[in-house]
Amino acid sequence: MNEKVTAIVNKYNGDRGQLVSILQDIQTEYYYLPEEALIQVSESMAIPASQVYNVATFFRAFSLEPRGKHLINVCLGTACHVRGAVRVLEKVERSLAIKRGATTKERKFTLETVNCMGACALGPVVKIDGEYFGQMSTDKVDNLLNQFE
Amino acid sequence: MLTRLHSRKDLEALRKELMKRRQPDKPRITICGGTGCHAYGCVKVTDAFKNEVAKQGMEDKVDIKATGCHGFCEKGPIVVIQPGDIFYQRVRPEDVLEILGETIAKNSIVERLLYIDAVTGKKVRHQNEVPFYQKQERIIFGSNGEIDPTSIEDYIAIGGYAALAKAIFEMAPEQIIEEVKHSGLRGRGGGGFPTGGKWESCRHAPGDIKYVIVNADEGDPGAYANRSLLEGNPHSVLEGLIIGAYAIGCREGYVYVRHEYPLAVENSRLALDQAQQLGLLGENILGSGFNFNVRINRGGGAFVCGESTALMASLEGKVGEPRAKYVHTVEKGLWNRPSDLNNVETWANVPLIINKGADWYRTLGTEHSKGTKIFSLVGKINNTGLVEVPMGITLREIIYDIGGGIRGGKKFKAVQTGGPSGGCLPESLLDLPVDFDELSKAGSMMGSGGMIVMDETTCMVDIAKYFLTFLEEESCGKCLPCREGIKRMRQVFDEITEGRGSEKDIEFLEQLSATLVDSSLCGLGQTAPNPVLTTIRYFRDEYEAHIKEKRCPAGVCKALIHYYIIEDKCPGCGLCVKECPQEAITFMGKKKPVVLDESKCIKCGVCGDVCKMDAVGKR
Repeated sequence: MNEKVTAIVNKYNGDRGQLVSILQDIQTEYYYLPEEALIQVSESMAIPASQVYNVATFFRAFSLEPRGKHLINVCLGTACHVRGAVRVLEKVERSLAIKRGATTKERKFTLETVNCMGACALGPVVKIDGEYFGQMSTDKVDNLLNQFE
Repeated sequence: MLTRLHSRKDLEALRKELMKRRQPDKPRITICGGTGCHAYGCVKVTDAFKNEVAKQGMEDKVDIKATGCHGFCEKGPIVVIQPGDIFYQRVRPEDVLEILGETIAKNSIVERLLYIDAVTGKKVRHQNEVPFYQKQERIIFGSNGEIDPTSIEDYIAIGGYAALAKAIFEMAPEQIIEEVKHSGLRGRGGGGFPTGGKWESCRHAPGDIKYVIVNADEGDPGAYANRSLLEGNPHSVLEGLIIGAYAIGCREGYVYVRHEYPLAVENSRLALDQAQQLGLLGENILGSGFNFNVRINRGGGAFVCGESTALMASLEGKVGEPRAKYVHTVEKGLWNRPSDLNNVETWANVPLIINKGADWYRTLGTEHSKGTKIFSLVGKINNTGLVEVPMGITLREIIYDIGGGIRGGKKFKAVQTGGPSGGCLPESLLDLPVDFDELSKAGSMMGSGGMIVMDETTCMVDIAKYFLTFLEEESCGKCLPCREGIKRMRQVFDEITEGRGSEKDIEFLEQLSATLVDSSLCGLGQTAPNPVLTTIRYFRDEYEAHIKEKRCPAGVCKALIHYYIIEDKCPGCGLCVKECPQEAITFMGKKKPVVLDESKCIKCGVCGDVCKMDAVGKR
């Protein structure tokens, strides 16, 4: 039994209604949802593993794969889209030599997209490790990525 | 630690005490702390103010306050100095010393930080003179700029929780419901269902345990008003929720927030804690005997969870799949019990209606859409930001008078409202009064308040495809019409945008749209065709250009465009040569135009982005 996972489940008193929150806290801890953690959640909360897996794969926020050190989110909301978000995304893909959803080989970056992060006035927006970078364009991408070690 | 209030008298005494402590003449520097300003570095500005004030020992001369969103995101970080309503924009930490030295110490203006009116070219000193704010009616959103969202005392000082006290001590639950019904308030989440009616059904539904829920799963791409409200004035939403709970007869409530909104989650949590400590939430609220508890749940990033039954499934710890609503959620919702779900903005309207009365509220808006609506005005517009306008204002007033028109002198093409369930409206409809019914008649909808402005460089076929791609990803997959229908429609758009479209495609899209509208399980599928149908209705010529002429007039659809160098404009600087990932551009010597080899070009557009001379063309 992993103590961190036990502590998270206990924090919510094992309330089944809080499954999404529990998985979110586990992901905050590990940056993804490890298989063992999901099994532990299933057993300790008496929820079928299939249902835990169902929830973990339904919501976009969750990842079953280990992520890189830095998480890049490119916003593809409508406001960002009309201001050229796709071109920015493609530039990031070329610079990191990975496609959206993937992690670079040395696990430095994981590239994900989000369907709107509610920072529409700044579009196109890229979020790295929770920090927003607004009014992005293809020519700013490399400089931005170089800021991250 | 806050001291618990045991009665309405205690609350009013606290308010008086807070008012007394306030010195209206003492200068106050308020710094916008909305998400937009955050990205522009407002935290550094606030810190710089605080440090400098401490260093100079000016604490008794000026107060520094980080507030909620002021709305004018385009010009952030925004600083407003009271009294005097002095409006500074794009403030940097370097400006702090000057603001303190000039404006606070000498009462003079720092000219270079003033906003310049784009139309008159004149500098504007006061917030209320900025055209962006002049046509707005900020009854919900206005206090955002005055209060620190992390302080319940700030909210109480401006009259907060007076509506709750009035509701509990002066009104019977039925009376509150009557008042809300009479106000004409309709759901701000998108559907526009009458709020009072929903409350009434829920109150009358059989069952001892009932729930009230705040829908803060603002999933519409391009909308962020709920976010700013919850971040900037969480108590206004909470107060509305508690009043609703009392009226309906609930002891438990939920706030369902998107996980993409961490600050909204944090500020809501803080608000709950503080209200609990003061006895405005929890057991025996203000000594009235009314008990009500609220819990916060974070969403998992699924658009479909904006749908009430899907949201409730998610609250039960299940996947967010909707169910057919033969039985309404007001009768059987969360845990199969009567549940009332309203949007963040709807809840925030409630305290106002109780305080000022339904008759006052009815003076705002149109016959069937009362009050105001907050829109996020974004896209190809000069003044991006959050605007609160009375219902019935025209699109033209919002876009041109408040929004300052289209960016870069380009031509307006369309405005998209209602998110993926809404539609794109053309220039000929700019004088349409904005309310629930007029937008629906035009084929769009109010939605949760996204208003995305598009110019001549936006391709309407691409936009329709964008929404289908979005919805294809977000469809939960439970019912076939939505799951397969959207996918099939997106495939047709692939054909059209890649130059393989046929003349029957438009008719086929219309047929399939009708099927989705009729047979999808929930609102997601039923409204999914709206972006397609409105773009066909208003921009058919663009579809025909793609299909018949294999041409994308806006220059967006990659397969149909070609990049070329405009030789007259190219100074041969070589910037694009360096940036081209394909080495498709060749340097021909200084002052000679570069040469683009189209066989190598992947149409990534980088050359155009770096070119300072506009020498890269598309055809």
